[in-house]
Amino acid sequence: MRVPLEADVRAPARASDLPVAALGIAAVAAWLWAFLVTDRVAILGALLAVAAIAFVLAQRSAVAKRYGLALARRPRMGVAFAAIGVLAVAAALHDQPYPLLMLCTVMLFVVACIGLDIQTGYCGIVNFAGAAFFGTGAYTAAVLAKQGVPHLFGIVCGAIVAALVGSLLILPVLRTRGYYAALVTIAFGILFSTFLEVNNALGGPQGLKLPGIDLFGWRFNRDVDIGGASASFYVNYVVLALALALGAYVFSRRVDRSWIGLTFDAVRLDETAAAAFGIGIARAKIIAFTLGNFLCGLAGAVYAMMQGFIAPNNFTFGESLILVSILILGGIGNPLGIVPAALIIIVVPQKLQFIQEYRFLLYGILVVLILLFRPEGLLPRPVRRYFPAPR
Amino acid sequence: MTQPRQSTASVVAPLLACHGLTMRFGGLLALDALDLSVASGEILGLIGPNGSGKTTFFNVLTGLYRPSAGRVEFGGRDIIGASPQQVCRAGIARTFQRSRLCLPLTVFDNVMIGNHLRLDHRVSFNVLRRGALRRQYDECVEAARSLAATFNPRLSSRLFEAAAALDMIDRRRVEICRALVNAPRLLLLDEPSAGMTRGETRELMDDILQIRAARGELTIVIIEHEMNVIERMTERCVVLNYGEKIAEGPFRVVASDPAVQEAYLGQAVAEA
Repeated sequence: MRVPLEADVRAPARASDLPVAALGIAAVAAWLWAFLVTDRVAILGALLAVAAIAFVLAQRSAVAKRYGLALARRPRMGVAFAAIGVLAVAAALHDQPYPLLMLCTVMLFVVACIGLDIQTGYCGIVNFAGAAFFGTGAYTAAVLAKQGVPHLFGIVCGAIVAALVGSLLILPVLRTRGYYAALVTIAFGILFSTFLEVNNALGGPQGLKLPGIDLFGWRFNRDVDIGGASASFYVNYVVLALALALGAYVFSRRVDRSWIGLTFDAVRLDETAAAAFGIGIARAKIIAFTLGNFLCGLAGAVYAMMQGFIAPNNFTFGESLILVSILILGGIGNPLGIVPAALIIIVVPQKLQFIQEYRFLLYGILVVLILLFRPEGLLPRPVRRYFPAPR
Repeated sequence: MTQPRQSTASVVAPLLACHGLTMRFGGLLALDALDLSVASGEILGLIGPNGSGKTTFFNVLTGLYRPSAGRVEFGGRDIIGASPQQVCRAGIARTFQRSRLCLPLTVFDNVMIGNHLRLDHRVSFNVLRRGALRRQYDECVEAARSLAATFNPRLSSRLFEAAAALDMIDRRRVEICRALVNAPRLLLLDEPSAGMTRGETRELMDDILQIRAARGELTIVIIEHEMNVIERMTERCVVLNYGEKIAEGPFRVVASDPAVQEAYLGQAVAEA
């Protein structure tokens, strides 16, 4: 494991770093645009190969590392660059609903996976029921929207209900450890989708229809006119999903880089030692589980309203496994790793229609390869720094 | 029997007093009606062959095991049945026989785990009030740096390295810093010399004595197999065998006790 030392972090920042870092983001945005637009297998393969080569080169190059550090010193700048990059991609795709929908889906899955990462990566609670909490948010939003409840309120309620359901599930999880706690979540995940199947009030196997989001009179499902150019209504969802993804990212970073993150680490790494120093194990686990499920529910609620239709088979155990494989691929404990992982896991099967049937096979192979050759994931978790180093 | 309060002026009440402490694991009697007291400011050695119940005693004290019978008073308060967290709050800190540092975390993070009770853990504080958190963090870095510096100057320059990057003796130092950062009244050291060379052990003991001198009142119970450590560090020691106290007194006296020699070396040698 390569651990960055303080000396590295304090490497002199150069004024020229930021424009070049911005150029790097522009390159990533261009790549993302091509990745979302292409429907040819050869181009997709070439893009993935380019990304892999760039990734390997960036890891070895001292220059790329310096740019990374320059951004790490200015976290807000990094967030702003990411926002600009995604908005630029959305602008370039403004009249192509399908790639925009994929972009939104990826960002909402990023939100849900950041939630899971707080539980699994930070606090060590393995949650195999991610899709169930995602679905709790979705169904709550659907039911409340049907009742004519304002959509913003319905979405927030989706997140809260997911967190509350989680606070019930945490009771058996607290009484068990390791594999057994994971089994409890698996059981819950399966129970949840079965419950949806048989519950007629929630539409049974047919599922529920939802209206598009309406925030304070701004109807998300209406195409947008900007200066005469008409843009797909999915642009609305891109903006919302982007805001949620960036918010979740900043939130999880702040949680990690604080005494709470330290407490989570202590609980994950050694419960006995943690307890001996006064750390309340149950309290830490409840907080991590609740925060994570809140984010899952939030993502699920928005996802449901964007899709306009939800059914039990959107929230099966298999979907939970997809969330977990995104975590493993990205690097457990590093929210940044989730982004490329979600892109690969969600977009590639959509592009390769012939693979759709076998996508779980693909995920399985991918997870095994990662665990064999790069168990810490694409972007391993760095050592904690509470605050950006002085410039 | 506990001393009435007014008598503390004449007879110093022990900081830690155990009466008839018994720990049974199924058929195994790990602690057998142990009576033991530790005076304030004392360094007590706890010795005995493998499996004689020394670590079990620490685990019972720190709330990891609930004893089958007996009483434990710490600073006049009954701490039987207290959770590990409550024991920590009462002012008992410990190290573990096998290192229990969080290796992927930095030295600073490990020390701050020991400082848990003094840190603000509200989610709102940590996520929203970053400025206030920063001030608390800066104070903690200063405290950790000065603690590490008192302990061993070399350590304070490695505060932000992962614990995994340290060698055995520095890891042990970090473990002791983690136990000391919250200023406990009683420090339990479980075989601090384990896995170290004789020279390293001597160095570590120097560090411990030195920090004790710097901090004033600190009571220590130390489990050791390394007899010269016990001889050097302790004024008094207690010998356990099969969970029973078989001898008590200064090391030189205890070491020549036939019962102790028998426990350590076996019947034949004792007879010889």
